[in-house]
Amino acid sequence: MKSGSLRNAFSGARSSLVALGSSIGGIFIALIICAGLLLITGKDPLRAYSKILETGLDGQKLLEMLKRATPLMLSATAVAVGFKLNLFNIGVEGQYLFAALIAAEMGTHVSLPAPVHVAFILLVAMVAGAAWASIAALLKVVRGVNEVISTIMLNFIALSFIQWLFENFFRDDSDGGLNVKTTVLARSARMPDLVAGRLNAMFLVALLVVAVYWVVIFKSRFGFQLRASGLNPNAARTSGIPAKRMAVTALLISGSIAGLVAMPYVLGEAFAYGPNATPTQLGFAGIAVALLGRNHPVGIIGAALLFGFLDSTSAELQLSGVPSSIVKVIQAIIVLTVVIVNEASMRMFNKRTAERTAAKLKTASFPI
Amino acid sequence: MTLGNKLNSADAMGSKSWAVELRGISKRFPGVIANHDVELSVERASIHAIVGENGAGKSTLMKILYGLHQPDEGTITVNGVEHRFRSPGDAIASGIGMVHQHFMLADNLTVLENIILGFEPTRRGVLALGEARRSVSKIAASVGTNIDLDLKVSELGVGQRQRVEILKVLYRGANILILDEPTAVLVPQEVDELFINLRQLVTQGATVLFISHKLDEVLAVSDRITVMRHGTTVATVVPSEVDRLTLAELMVGSDLPAPTARVIAIGKNERLVVRDLTLIVEGKKSPVQNVSFAVYEGEIVGIAGVEGNGQFELCAAILGLEKSTGVVEVCGRDMTHSSTRERLDAGIAYIPFDRHREGLMLNSSLWENALLGREERFSHALLINRSAAKQACREIIERFDVMTPSETVPAFVLSGGNQQKLVVGRSLSVGPSVLIAAHPTRGIDVGAQAAIWDEIRIARDNGMAVLLVSADLEEILALSDRILIIFDGRISAELAPEDADPQILGTFMTGGRVSLLTMVKPAVGVSAAQDL
Repeated sequence: MKSGSLRNAFSGARSSLVALGSSIGGIFIALIICAGLLLITGKDPLRAYSKILETGLDGQKLLEMLKRATPLMLSATAVAVGFKLNLFNIGVEGQYLFAALIAAEMGTHVSLPAPVHVAFILLVAMVAGAAWASIAALLKVVRGVNEVISTIMLNFIALSFIQWLFENFFRDDSDGGLNVKTTVLARSARMPDLVAGRLNAMFLVALLVVAVYWVVIFKSRFGFQLRASGLNPNAARTSGIPAKRMAVTALLISGSIAGLVAMPYVLGEAFAYGPNATPTQLGFAGIAVALLGRNHPVGIIGAALLFGFLDSTSAELQLSGVPSSIVKVIQAIIVLTVVIVNEASMRMFNKRTAERTAAKLKTASFPI
Repeated sequence: MTLGNKLNSADAMGSKSWAVELRGISKRFPGVIANHDVELSVERASIHAIVGENGAGKSTLMKILYGLHQPDEGTITVNGVEHRFRSPGDAIASGIGMVHQHFMLADNLTVLENIILGFEPTRRGVLALGEARRSVSKIAASVGTNIDLDLKVSELGVGQRQRVEILKVLYRGANILILDEPTAVLVPQEVDELFINLRQLVTQGATVLFISHKLDEVLAVSDRITVMRHGTTVATVVPSEVDRLTLAELMVGSDLPAPTARVIAIGKNERLVVRDLTLIVEGKKSPVQNVSFAVYEGEIVGIAGVEGNGQFELCAAILGLEKSTGVVEVCGRDMTHSSTRERLDAGIAYIPFDRHREGLMLNSSLWENALLGREERFSHALLINRSAAKQACREIIERFDVMTPSETVPAFVLSGGNQQKLVVGRSLSVGPSVLIAAHPTRGIDVGAQAAIWDEIRIARDNGMAVLLVSADLEEILALSDRILIIFDGRISAELAPEDADPQILGTFMTGGRVSLLTMVKPAVGVSAAQDL
């Protein structure tokens, strides 16, 4: 304990390096497996990969990558907050779609100056997402219902409920029923573009959310209590951290971040909510991104960019004879291999750390 | 020796035939007492009990025999053949089976499916259930159990589950059975049934080895008893030649420390008051009933008892982790309706029973572990002050001699004793008014134990009130100013340490008057146990 070099040798930086290295290794393994799959189906893997790189590295496609990564970062961060407490929020899907409808509709009922209007809609979206997540939170702490089950069920309820609300109350009838959107938002409610028509400022908002996630979860007192409750629930409870309050707070935070997932579309493209103008499945993609990024802020950004990159190439791949579904296959296999390789290498690393520490303690003489 | 024992009469190995012989077994874990110089001979077709206090090394020894641990020294001989078990598979192959204290059954499978799980008979790759049923029924009949093989395990009671575990072991061909505290989970009439079954097994040539610390049942059912203390075997006796008092003395040892003289008198202020505390549980008997006591400033009150008599639940209730009725006062403040955190803030610190389950985040760094429960002291504007938290951890490491390269290593790299020192240091470093110390020195080496005892004494001399919960009588006698005995969820006796000798403690702790196989009707047994 007196030796500075020993202290540094075991700092957390090492395990981060192991995580990063094993993730990259996992991605390569995934690419090899996918090459095998392509070969079996009679496609040339080298051509497919070079096509992916060629189309993806084009300047405009890189903007497309950032754009597609935006909702994934938000969705993954929402999932990661739950994961830190061992809570599996599968309900991000329902939470963000519900929030998108409510926020788009509420936004048409106020008139505010530009930046305030945007902020207002973002706030409404977060509250609506949290409100939908609060049902699962209440069920969990009052009745002990497992959040995996309640959030999956609530996804189905959300979809039907949203459709009913939309068809009966929020659909814009002004055009004789031809519109399949809510009333279009005023100009003051539009998220400014970073690159005209290509990327809007929601990208920066998403980065900000990830940064806030990092500070709150890894630096704050609340975050420490949340992580402790996830790492050893019994020890946390015994040291006076209220388990139920942690679960409710984590689910509400998760839901509020989920509420932002569709905002790039509501505030930046369609300027309204519409069943066809608001992409679905982003909640589930977020689970994969959070897993791939190990719930770490840097990991989440990296994983979201990787998924965004692959997604951005899928349309053009089809044109050049490479099946675009290979992108989804690669994504899925990457998640699996990276999780497995990560887990295996962390275990090896932990074992080696333990052995090395024991050996060092035996040789070094420590003051007693 | 039982009559009608075919195996025994057929044996030609001289006057005695040993099913199991352990010679000079030693096992070391880093910083932990395990086994040394163990000598054990188990006669074939007999019931052999192994008794000893918690931490005496009974479980480790049985795990060595079952191949879960490999001994550093010594030999294992089974039925005259020396073996080196690398895994439980090797032990099973030479006819040894183990019934663990915590059952390992699949709730959603039937009794039959559970028994054959892993060793399913097949015919051309298809499960031969009929064949399995026949052989399992045969085994069940030979033991004298008539359990319905088609019931799901989830529908069974504890006693029946244990029967399934035993059948499972027998189905795998074991003729030497190890049972780890088989009676700990049973009610008296189930205990009787179990021993009737075991006796029947023995008449058919099987050998039963069981761990227990209930002296009455050991005396009633075993053919021989081996006593373990501090990791080694101290004596092997025949029940007819000893009584429970002798046995208790052997278990505890006659060299109990004399209570150390106090330097500072016990204060007059009540620091922790518990009145009529009863745990609220639905549908079964409350594990803690009407417990009342007070701990004064500068006093150590020891709660002695065999594990599983409500100590754990009592601590949980005082800390507000479990719902209870009754009153809890800390430093004169009524905390009955307060949260755990409020109780801790009022001055309680807790050293938990099990450092891994309730004490540590094993994958987190030491400084984060040291921060747990103290995070409010080391945060500023809602953010954790990392450098202050690390500094505080280094102070614990220095003061309590935690052997570690730094405060940034994960907790799992430390030895058990050093982990425990960190947990104790964390509790004492907040300067509590009341310390609840549950097994503060369990499973750690003598040096670490002495260091922790000294720290608790120093804190006591500074006015801290201590509630010491331990199954280790040596620890209770070394530290306590007053001893309370807990049995079956109630405080059954209060003693001054000068008046406590191993016999008295042993009698109260093991439930004194309950005699097992001598009971005529099970119903009488139940009420007798509760009357204590």
